[in-house]
Amino acid sequence: MSFISLKNITFAYPNGHTAVENVSMEIGKGETVAIVGQNGAGKTTAVKLMNGLLKPTKGDVIIDDWNTKEHTTAQISRKVGYVFQNPDDQIFHSDVYSEVEFGPKKLGLSVEQTKENVMKAAKLAGIEPYLQENPYNLPYSMRKFVTMAAVVAMDCDVIILDEPTAGQDMQGMQRISSLIAALKSEGKTVITITHDMEFVVQNFERVIVMAHKNVVADTNKRDIFWNHAILEESMLKQPHISRLSHTLGLPKQILTIEEFVETML
Amino acid sequence: MNSVIKISNMSYKYPTGKVDVLKNINIEIEKGLLYAVVGPNGGGKTTFCNVLRGFIPHFYRGDLRGEVLVNGKNIVESTLGELSLSVGFVFQNPFIQISGVKETVFEEVAYGLENLGVHPDEIRTRVEAILKLVKIEHLRDKNPFELSGGQRQRVALASIIVMEPDILVIDEPTSQLDPQGTEEVFEIIQIMKEKGKTIILVEHKIELIAEFADRVILLHDGEIVMEGTTQDVLSDEKALSYDVMLPQYAMLGLELKKRGVPLRKIPITEEQAVEEMNWWMAERGVRI
Ligand SMILES: Nc1ncnc2c1ncn2[C@@H]1O[C@H](COP(=O)(O)OP(=O)(O)OP(=O)(O)O)[C@@H](O)[C@H]1O
Ligand SMILES: Nc1ncnc2c1ncn2[C@@H]1O[C@H](COP(=O)(O)OP(=O)(O)OP(=O)(O)O)[C@@H](O)[C@H]1O
Ligand SMILES: [Mg+2]
Ligand SMILES: [Mg+2]
Repeated sequence: MSFISLKNITFAYPNGHTAVENVSMEIGKGETVAIVGQNGAGKTTAVKLMNGLLKPTKGDVIIDDWNTKEHTTAQISRKVGYVFQNPDDQIFHSDVYSEVEFGPKKLGLSVEQTKENVMKAAKLAGIEPYLQENPYNLPYSMRKFVTMAAVVAMDCDVIILDEPTAGQDMQGMQRISSLIAALKSEGKTVITITHDMEFVVQNFERVIVMAHKNVVADTNKRDIFWNHAILEESMLKQPHISRLSHTLGLPKQILTIEEFVETML
Repeated sequence: MNSVIKISNMSYKYPTGKVDVLKNINIEIEKGLLYAVVGPNGGGKTTFCNVLRGFIPHFYRGDLRGEVLVNGKNIVESTLGELSLSVGFVFQNPFIQISGVKETVFEEVAYGLENLGVHPDEIRTRVEAILKLVKIEHLRDKNPFELSGGQRQRVALASIIVMEPDILVIDEPTSQLDPQGTEEVFEIIQIMKEKGKTIILVEHKIELIAEFADRVILLHDGEIVMEGTTQDVLSDEKALSYDVMLPQYAMLGLELKKRGVPLRKIPITEEQAVEEMNWWMAERGVRI
């Protein structure tokens, strides 16, 4: 059963530019999916269509049993939370706590429930030490975690992360991995856009590839990362260890260091 | 050594800060080399860049101690205008670099040259060449605010390298780029290096640093805790203890060594890894 369904979606921005064209996707409840692909492919546009920030020019977006055309963005955001690619498009409070509290408060949750959600989200995102700070005094990477917490605190069924890995260090990457794992274990649907192929290998099975306004592949990561035609079409690269295995002509479709070592020893 | 930047005993505290975010920095930057600055989030990389371009102390104020010489002149005694001619800076967040006063990508890239009073014909030629180099010709008539994240990042880079400064300080230019685009940006940086530019590049993509950088500076908690040739720093497990990832090839090499494979050295690039693996397989008499 799919929870999110894009049916032959086309979307054009007000300036007339068509950003996605005849795109279809089905994502089930509780699934975790990575969306990858070239710059300007339409990834951000596609996910903004899922949470109602944008409404399709053609086709239908169905969330659960709601057609996004028949509901306001505010209504849909109860079901689907979107963490913006640029944190500064999202943040508008002058302290981190108010920023994270805004969503659950607006949903009308009780004072206690709001507080519980905020603290839980802050913990998952690792921003507890900064709750009293002005988000704009935090480094870019940390502001991104503030925006993740703000969406997690709303406790939606679906959480969409747009480029969470951009500019993150080793610990930041690990924190995003554990955040995704935690949401998954709660039965949430998690959709993550990223340009980091190693991160995809470590955290996802299903990968959707977008290029030039379209979905060009939607399958298991191994089939994606060993399909050179697809990778080239969508400006992607194999993970480094796969590249090495490919150059060496190893007999297996290797994705990780562990697999490489196992094959060689 | 022909150094273009010389930093001695430099420390810095932001006006609102309680502690130094750069601590007793000593380094000489040699002309024509590519330095990669790596380190965990909040380690001080962007702050370090802001010192190099004189934004600290001219804009941010705060408490700067020690001495920073750019082309032999103390930055405290230079104006921001003078410094901006020799040091070009590309912002970490491409969403804020856009000037906001120009309506097309072409005009945006031309903006800096206009301000310098460059002749319109020359502006046109130079902008054309850069749009081509950075592969954004197809975006020339687009509004800079109606671009995807990666497209904006390319525009930001183009609008600085078109100015042809001798020193380029580039803060995470590939964070929003697809893997192909990331490699292209490194190739552009390589071209700048071949033109004799000195480049200070903040970057997290360690495999590309391994391939392109001459030297690596590791900033951790405001201190330079490692500095040296790219080969030395990126094959040293110590970097991991400072929250800096090593290249996948080095991680693989370390793992194989741990399992008793007698590699001659820890590879940091794909080429080196291929060499080591082929050598080892030949030693074992293995064929694939
Ligand atoms: N507000 C806008 N108005 C007009 N066109 C836009 C707007 N935002 C994006 N576009 C265009 O729509 C296309 C798809 O953009 P989108 O942001 O969805 O790409 P993306 O796959 O997320 O790319 P990236 O990886 O660079 O973030 C691009 O060609 C872009 O220039
Ligand atoms: N304008 C500012 N005012 C006060 N403190 C600041 C300011 N900018 C940065 N800091 C602090 O200085 C320290 C270094 O930050 P900086 O942005 O230089 O780190 P960075 O290494 O570039 O991090 P990142 O990888 O996240 O970009 C951090 O503790 C940060 O909170
Ligand atoms: Mg995007
Ligand atoms: Mg920075």
